[in-house]
Amino acid sequence: MSFEAWKDVWVFVECFKDQPKSVGLELLGQGRKLAEGLKQDLCAVVIGNHTKEAVKAAGEYGADKIYVVEGAEYEDYSADAYGNVFLKLCEKYQPNTILVGATVNGRDLGSKIAVSLRTGLTADCTALSVDEETGNVVWERPAFGGNLYAQILCSETRPQMGTCRPGAFKKPEKNPDNKPVVIREEISTPAQEIRTKVIDFIKACEDNDIRLDEAEIIVSGGRGMKSAENFSVLKELADALCGTVGCSRAAVDAGWMPQSKQVGQTGATVSPKIYFACGISGAVQHVAGMSESGTIIAINKDETAPIFEVADYCIVGDLFEVVPALVKELKARQQG
Amino acid sequence: MNIVVCIKQVPDTTEIKIDPVKNTLIRTGVPSIMNPFDKNALETGLTLKDRYGGKVTVISMGPPQAKAVLREALSMGADEAYLVTDRAFGGSDTYATSYILSQAIKKLDDFDVILGGKQAIDGDTGQTAPSIAEHLGTARLTYILDLEVNGDKVIARRQVEEGIEVIEARFPILCTATKESNKPRYATIKRKIASLKAEIPEITLADLPDADVSKMGLKGSPTKVKATFTPKRSACGVTIEGNTPGEIANALIGKLADGKIL
Repeated sequence: MSFEAWKDVWVFVECFKDQPKSVGLELLGQGRKLAEGLKQDLCAVVIGNHTKEAVKAAGEYGADKIYVVEGAEYEDYSADAYGNVFLKLCEKYQPNTILVGATVNGRDLGSKIAVSLRTGLTADCTALSVDEETGNVVWERPAFGGNLYAQILCSETRPQMGTCRPGAFKKPEKNPDNKPVVIREEISTPAQEIRTKVIDFIKACEDNDIRLDEAEIIVSGGRGMKSAENFSVLKELADALCGTVGCSRAAVDAGWMPQSKQVGQTGATVSPKIYFACGISGAVQHVAGMSESGTIIAINKDETAPIFEVADYCIVGDLFEVVPALVKELKARQQG
Repeated sequence: MNIVVCIKQVPDTTEIKIDPVKNTLIRTGVPSIMNPFDKNALETGLTLKDRYGGKVTVISMGPPQAKAVLREALSMGADEAYLVTDRAFGGSDTYATSYILSQAIKKLDDFDVILGGKQAIDGDTGQTAPSIAEHLGTARLTYILDLEVNGDKVIARRQVEEGIEVIEARFPILCTATKESNKPRYATIKRKIASLKAEIPEITLADLPDADVSKMGLKGSPTKVKATFTPKRSACGVTIEGNTPGEIANALIGKLADGKIL
């Protein structure tokens, strides 16, 4: 099948309150790789009310072209308004490949585009490559809670589409000298066509405002924490390292931690510089969400715990003794 | 209010083990459960019915054994259950699955609300429910925490990464529920016994004469699985030892500092 007419790799640079989310910039790095494999351009798509910051970032992170659509109706995400814009752009420019962040809104928008264009959408990809002979992207993704990985192809239709989780990839090197072509399109969506309207917003309050997917250091606890109160032990270590606290599904299921703190296949995917796994056995579903971390330190009483198979540093011991000792050691060094 | 809840039978992924020799999934003996987020969706539907009256219909696409989760839904309080099943539906990806379910839903009564879980724990795509909305041309709100009806308006709270959106919409609408949405109710013994005898009608390809067969099953799926493999794990970590917790801490922080990781 010939897809000559379908050109370029598009990355949706999603914004929140006029600021680009990290995931769109991370995907520009992956998009560049695919664009090189396909010998096509890398394009960013920015939709919003005020898009200045996102356009600037998309350029710095390597887009060759940036499609920009502005309007007051795009202040907040809605499937109707964003879908309308994206589908009109697709109709006009016929992209070959579309990458979307697997955010709450990205999964929704991706589904809308794929169904409307009757094409394939592969969710939560963890590795992307191009089969240069066929021009197909090989989408690699986990399934069954990370117990199995699959390679998926969308070989009969274009655009070929995929989502990737925030934090699954690192942002590419910034290039302030990149000079992208900025293409502004006038696309408006009439108010009566937008069937869902945001009428209020309640900001999430988090401890020291470090989000899991943006934290450089994460101290996570699992079943071995034994209670909600015991997480204060991990909080002390996180604070000493300017990091944040995470947890495994077991801790959420036990009601000790909110789901917003969960790392793993059904929670957040993270790739911090340092990841502490304390009292976490290392079920595949957890490992699938943190195995890309820079340095993994596992603390567990059970020396056969599978978490030790992915850890860079293994400590067989009682976390309630080791973690406070780590805090003490860090404080001593910081003072010395 | 007519409420349709889409539920899926999934393997309990926490119970899946890897064959250490063959490095393949051991599926036998793994219990099948109702996808946990679908249970939250069902609870959302049952709460709406408790508050505003109406009917809760559950549907599931899958093989005959998926009737088990439909019976469970009946025992929790659903009024009717349908199994969408046919050989022609096998091998469907999210596009084809959502198309088939949308056609099955069309066959049922007119609906006010369609509900589903935010994702299934086996596929984890989170795509099927919003895709159903697209096939039906219905407005959708994913990741909702609750739904309130205010005249002809629906007010929903929607969980996004940065906080909670309060959204105004109208019927009909498709919504997906999350774990934080609610705590699903337990089945009553009486309903449990009744559910065992309940008849669960099947919706097969023959029941969907107006549907486009080219959008179903493996052939109707734009994505195809090229290969599967199990993730490799290799134990190559350094064990940090010491006689006291203090010694261990000193050794670890020392190594992190030496490697310029800290």
